[in-house]
Amino acid sequence: MSNWDRFVETFFNAKVMAKYLPDIAYGTLVTIELAALVIVTGIAAGLALALLRSWGIRPLNLLIVFVVDLFRALPPLVIIVFIYFGLPAVEVAPSGFVSTWLALALVLTAFSEEIFWAGITSIPKGQWEAARSTGLSYGQTLINVVLPQALRLTIPPLTNRTIAITKGTALGTVVAVSEILGMASSAVSNSYNPSPLTMGAAAYLILFFPMVVFGRWLETKMQWKH
Amino acid sequence: MLQTFLNPDIIKQAWPIILAGLGNTVLLSIVVVPLGLFGGLVLAMLASVRKPWVRWPLMAWVDFFRAFPPLVLLIFFYAGLPFVGLELGGFACVCIAFFLNTGAYYGEILRAGIDSVPAGQTEAARSTGLGRLQTMLYVVLPQAVRNVLPDLLSNTLEVVKLTALGSVVAMPELLFQARQAQSLTYNPTPIVVAALIYFVLLWPLVRLLSWLENRALAALA
Repeated sequence: MSNWDRFVETFFNAKVMAKYLPDIAYGTLVTIELAALVIVTGIAAGLALALLRSWGIRPLNLLIVFVVDLFRALPPLVIIVFIYFGLPAVEVAPSGFVSTWLALALVLTAFSEEIFWAGITSIPKGQWEAARSTGLSYGQTLINVVLPQALRLTIPPLTNRTIAITKGTALGTVVAVSEILGMASSAVSNSYNPSPLTMGAAAYLILFFPMVVFGRWLETKMQWKH
Repeated sequence: MLQTFLNPDIIKQAWPIILAGLGNTVLLSIVVVPLGLFGGLVLAMLASVRKPWVRWPLMAWVDFFRAFPPLVLLIFFYAGLPFVGLELGGFACVCIAFFLNTGAYYGEILRAGIDSVPAGQTEAARSTGLGRLQTMLYVVLPQAVRNVLPDLLSNTLEVVKLTALGSVVAMPELLFQARQAQSLTYNPTPIVVAALIYFVLLWPLVRLLSWLENRALAALA
């Protein structure tokens, strides 16, 4: 057997791949579910915090800035480990899935709040004044005048940040979530063959490569506008 | 609550373990940040050759490694390579995975920076007799780096945070040591202390970044 054959036998073993394909497919579904939950809750909470911050209540804003800074500074894995291994000490025991979801959603909340807020503040004061002088209320101005302009600016950075954080679903494997990497790792130890890891890598590539290319396209599209 | 999550006795007991972890996290960061920057610089300088047959494969390379979660790369090297007789150990695997992943991110940022420097700069530098490499190093790169400094800093913050992945392949960095101390003391205090250390060390950088990002977006509007 040549070296090449041995390499293929090891990393692209057809028999092993066929056997564990259903496992990896299941893991892919779990990853998608986890990712969707993180994206929806994280971005919704981030937008809500940014809107809350635009009210300008000083003590509340200081608190928001502190929480945002906290979750931007901590490594996501540290947050996951704290929730999963730390909270049971006070009789709160979230599952690995919930721990990963919570941790990543908090991180995405922090980053998206920051991006939304930067978008809102980047809209010139004259826009507010003009809208208010036509008789629109504060809320109407925010929703109908400021946000549509602000959101357009935030889309490229938000997309790239969301992709980066969503990739963090792989961290769930540390707390026994049966997502792609977790399923692939246990298949490797069951089959004594790394082919499931190759399949897992392929699954990530299928999920994230189009998103990365889409993020790049959005960025260049924005650049032409300015 | 304080007795559980910030127990003074446990802190005293776990401090030497955690401190050793902090030292390793700092060392690991000092290794992987320049490694990623170097990889990124090579990618970006290659991409500055404005030929489609150079640029497209490079972009594909960058997007390929940006699509993988870094942990997947790390596990692939750590758990996969021993099957072909290559037992590299945790540290080498972290270095390779980070070189590929963070190198791709740095490369993308630096490429955007180099693209942002007007072509006239290169033409002017070349016409004064500077070579290609000299032009790149002394004229283009300094301006490119200044233009994308916020993104470079932001990525560096992410890289330092990513060193926590080392704990998965048994590298005794801050998170790993905190987990060890936790299982020794049956108390989550060490993890809270590790989190506090990360926060105290990285908070100034987060503040600086938030300020720079606000300024950048305001300039765009």
